Amino acid sequence: MGEPIAKYRDVHKSFGEVEVLKGIDLDIGSAEKVALIGPSGSGKTTIIRLLMTLENPTMGTIEVNGKNLWHMESKNGLVPANEKYLREVRGDIGMVFQHFNLFPHMTILENCMTAPINVKKESKESARKRSLEMLEKVGLADKVDLYPNQLSGGQKQRVAMARALVMRPKIMLFDEVTSALDPELVGEVLEVIRDIAEEGEMAMVLVTHEMDFALDIADRVLFLNDGVIEADGPPSEIIENPKSERLKDFLSRFTSSNGNHA
Amino acid sequence: MTWSWEVFFEVIPIIFKGMWITVGLTIVCYLFAAIFGFFWLFMDRIPFKPANWLFKWIAEFIRSTPPLVQLFFIYYAWPMVPVIGVSLNPFSAAVLGLGIHFSTYLSEVYRSGIESVEKGQWEAATALNLSTSQKWFKVILPQAIPPTIPMLGNYLIIMFKEVPLASTIGVVAMLHLANDYGAQYYKYVEPLTVVAIFFLILSYPSALLIKKLEDKYNRRFDKKYVTES
Repeated sequence: MGEPIAKYRDVHKSFGEVEVLKGIDLDIGSAEKVALIGPSGSGKTTIIRLLMTLENPTMGTIEVNGKNLWHMESKNGLVPANEKYLREVRGDIGMVFQHFNLFPHMTILENCMTAPINVKKESKESARKRSLEMLEKVGLADKVDLYPNQLSGGQKQRVAMARALVMRPKIMLFDEVTSALDPELVGEVLEVIRDIAEEGEMAMVLVTHEMDFALDIADRVLFLNDGVIEADGPPSEIIENPKSERLKDFLSRFTSSNGNHA
Repeated sequence: MTWSWEVFFEVIPIIFKGMWITVGLTIVCYLFAAIFGFFWLFMDRIPFKPANWLFKWIAEFIRSTPPLVQLFFIYYAWPMVPVIGVSLNPFSAAVLGLGIHFSTYLSEVYRSGIESVEKGQWEAATALNLSTSQKWFKVILPQAIPPTIPMLGNYLIIMFKEVPLASTIGVVAMLHLANDYGAQYYKYVEPLTVVAIFFLILSYPSALLIKKLEDKYNRRFDKKYVTES
């Protein structure tokens, strides 16, 4: 799997008195598709928010593409990272959120174009070209001039994915991207994620409750419970042949009537 | 009391001259308040708690004391303060006094606008790796400002109506001229009526204009989700 794109070493995270992550050690391969499952409050989302630098770890280190996330080298050894350094590291990471977080004052196309123009200093023309390509990929080429609240939830989430893809991240994070959607809209979003996954070169971390989906696209499933990684392995092992009682118990809640995991 | 149309028409040009001072003073005070409003917001965001409290308290103090007292203090008392005391002309004193007073209100308006933008917008902007200033200018402020336009406009009109306070420290604007005329000819009804009419003529269309701006900015957010066509 080559050099890992992301490395967690003994990462702890507390919110006030509550310790959400209690020592995470994790390597994510450069093209690996990782599904994070576990009960709510187990720290799944926190793991990827730490990687996106939306939270900072209470203890431990995280590296992305060989660069320490929160500390940078200086004459005096490691010092807390400044914004400039953080922006360098963040360039490799993309994220899609549960609640889409599209910019409501921009059209779909502008949503996609704003980062390449402002962050990568691309020309308007090349940003537009790339954005249109990505919007086509997610099946929204005909909506580019609409505003986000003219779209359905599923469409919004597809725009959010196009917006992240335009920046060519090396690792993309999906934070329960189907949880806020009406059931009938989940499929179209999963379809796009599957397409992205099949292209292969990008690492993906998905926090998800869609067990079937995890089984289908992930190379690896992590079961998080109470702030620690309790099980880690290929989906065939974790989802189809769970060993620990807690994991079995967790998965049983997703078992549908015909005995398959839904 | 007798109403004289002759006096009425005679004072119109006199007070009209003062109108420019009133309008000018309003604009300058408002610009001062609009810019200084960011100062309070900024002071609230520096990562040093005691400073936050201190400035919060100062702003609260300014909000809770009458602007007239503040004007008198700046114009009459401040020059007597040792070391930092400076004597100001009436116009500057009025700009400083009313400007600072209203800046404390405007900073609250800014705050409410900024807080109305969802946390997810900041996070999406971070995830797209926008710089701090890009986050503010491309993402947050374009969403924070439109909902505050009615409040900002209201404060403009309220300030316009508070500007005559400046006549108490000698700014020669509409009210001052009306008063002078009254004192000279012992006729108060007509000049003060003209002052009121001028205020009405200026503030009513402003209110309409603000309403229009508000509609314009809110329209594009209001487009409802349309089903697949």
